[in-house]
Amino acid sequence: MASTAEAAAPAARRETERSVGVAAAVMVVFLIAAPFLLYPVFLEKALCFALFACAFNLLIGYVGLVSFGHALFFGWASYLAAYAAKSWGMPPELAILNGTATAAILGIVAGSLAIRRQGIYFAMITLALAQMMYLVALRVKLTGGEDGIQAVPRGHLFGVFDLSNEMTMYAAVLVIVLAALFLIYRIINSPFGEVLKAIRENEQRAISLGYKTDRYKLLAFVLSATLAGLAGSLKAIVFQLASLTDVHWTMSGEVILMTLVGGLGTIFGPVVGAFVIIAMENYLAPFGQWVLVIQGVIFVLCVSLFRRGIVGELANRLRVRL
Amino acid sequence: MFEIFGIPSQALFGQLLLGLINGSFYALLSLGLAVIFGMLNIINFTHGAQYMMGAFVAYMLLQYLGINYWAALLIVPVLVGALGIVIERVLLQQLRSLDPLYGLLLTFGLALIIEGLFRNYYGSSGQPYAVPDSLQGGRNLGFMFLPNYRAWVIAFSLVVCFATWFAIERTRLGSYLRAATENPTLVRAFGINVPRMVTLTYGFGVALAALAGVMAAPIYNVSPQMGSDLIIVVFAVVVIGGMGSIMGAILTGFALGIVEGLTKVFFPEASNTVIFAIMIVVLLVRPAGLFGRSL
Repeated sequence: MASTAEAAAPAARRETERSVGVAAAVMVVFLIAAPFLLYPVFLEKALCFALFACAFNLLIGYVGLVSFGHALFFGWASYLAAYAAKSWGMPPELAILNGTATAAILGIVAGSLAIRRQGIYFAMITLALAQMMYLVALRVKLTGGEDGIQAVPRGHLFGVFDLSNEMTMYAAVLVIVLAALFLIYRIINSPFGEVLKAIRENEQRAISLGYKTDRYKLLAFVLSATLAGLAGSLKAIVFQLASLTDVHWTMSGEVILMTLVGGLGTIFGPVVGAFVIIAMENYLAPFGQWVLVIQGVIFVLCVSLFRRGIVGELANRLRVRL
Repeated sequence: MFEIFGIPSQALFGQLLLGLINGSFYALLSLGLAVIFGMLNIINFTHGAQYMMGAFVAYMLLQYLGINYWAALLIVPVLVGALGIVIERVLLQQLRSLDPLYGLLLTFGLALIIEGLFRNYYGSSGQPYAVPDSLQGGRNLGFMFLPNYRAWVIAFSLVVCFATWFAIERTRLGSYLRAATENPTLVRAFGINVPRMVTLTYGFGVALAALAGVMAAPIYNVSPQMGSDLIIVVFAVVVIGGMGSIMGAILTGFALGIVEGLTKVFFPEASNTVIFAIMIVVLLVRPAGLFGRSL
């Protein structure tokens, strides 16, 4: 977990804000330059997963809750976004909104069930709920079963921007993801975020200070689910596809891996982790099943030797918070 | 043959039997999870993969070395359990002082590795494993046909479950174990080697999973994903029962298997989600689980 000395002195706070600002600037410059150097579709995918991982990190890194079922929100949001765009002919912004709202509702239901138990049970409950909804996705007509929803139209964003142009699509994804990441940053640093960290460090004490911790946990869970849903909806529009892969438990595992590789409880870690893992999967695609083994090995190595993750390690070396 | 609620008795009891079989596996696996959780304070995510390994090692022993089912029933738990001991010594032990979440992530990674390796070599289709000769066939009970092998699985898993319960709740070794679960430091001060006990407990839990795997091999096809599908259901079983009590884990496992079997008769389309639905109801009504100490 991240260091506990949060916002001790104003000077330290300013220091942190400066380092975060510099890192954010580097990230934005890289992301603006990137489509001229790398495949835009690869970058769009990585950005969607970066948002997904950041949404997940909001829970694991700042509230200390490990959800093993985030594929539920990511996958179902992508189904509903794809369905809205294809079958109802909604424009992309409304389709994305539709998917995101679905995730929010699922987040309220799953969250209010899962926070009834703590620690290890929380992980098992979220996993079981996600598996249940995976089995539902396998059955119901809306999702298209094994085929998924294919050939989803990208459409025109706000009726103006033609998303079938790859650069326009990239710009749209970039703006939405950066806005969401900024929102997450603001949540973490708000008074609400401070209470979340207090719950992570010592829930009993937070309760004794008069905080209704269950409400805080639920709100954090719903925010996390909603943002994961936004990521899933975006992905459905970008790839014009919503499929069972996105609701399967391996997807929940993947987002945990991204966050772990980048650094649990760091601001930029999940973004870096998502890019690393997506790039790795791209290069390893020809090796098929080995991807699973390699993911597992990375899990084991990260937990055994490299618990801070890439960004956490970097921040530790530079003695800043990132 | 006769009918009950308009359902032929053969179908009803057949599904009940299948439910009891599933229930035996839920009971064996959730028992292992509970034992491991008690000592190591982690949820062993690798449990499903270790169950799958049990089935696969039995299959490989038969295929490559011609070692039969009965010998496999003894050898496989020892082999897979020994591998579990290595895992505990090399990987899990260093996480003792950390947040239990790391144990969860590590065992999840191990599950991916094991499943991935088996998928590489055996693909995702299942391999058949023949029912041992001595348990071929079955008997007609009048209201249903009872295959011998299935009767054996239910009887044997009941014996294993209750033997485990007896060993933990009624023997001296078990009392050490329970004491070490409550207060490891104090038990160590009495001169008992707690770290070794932790290692052996993990090995034992893993061996139970492998034993379940061997028993499952002739019933289900031996396939690399048989573990991950099952373990998620077992997690729901554990959430329903709570991990505080050994007997609770056994009873919940069998009961849920039966409920699942009955659902298959009356609402077939809900049969694979019914356990999750029960989990939701239990969380709403009795959040600590049926047998759980409040957590």
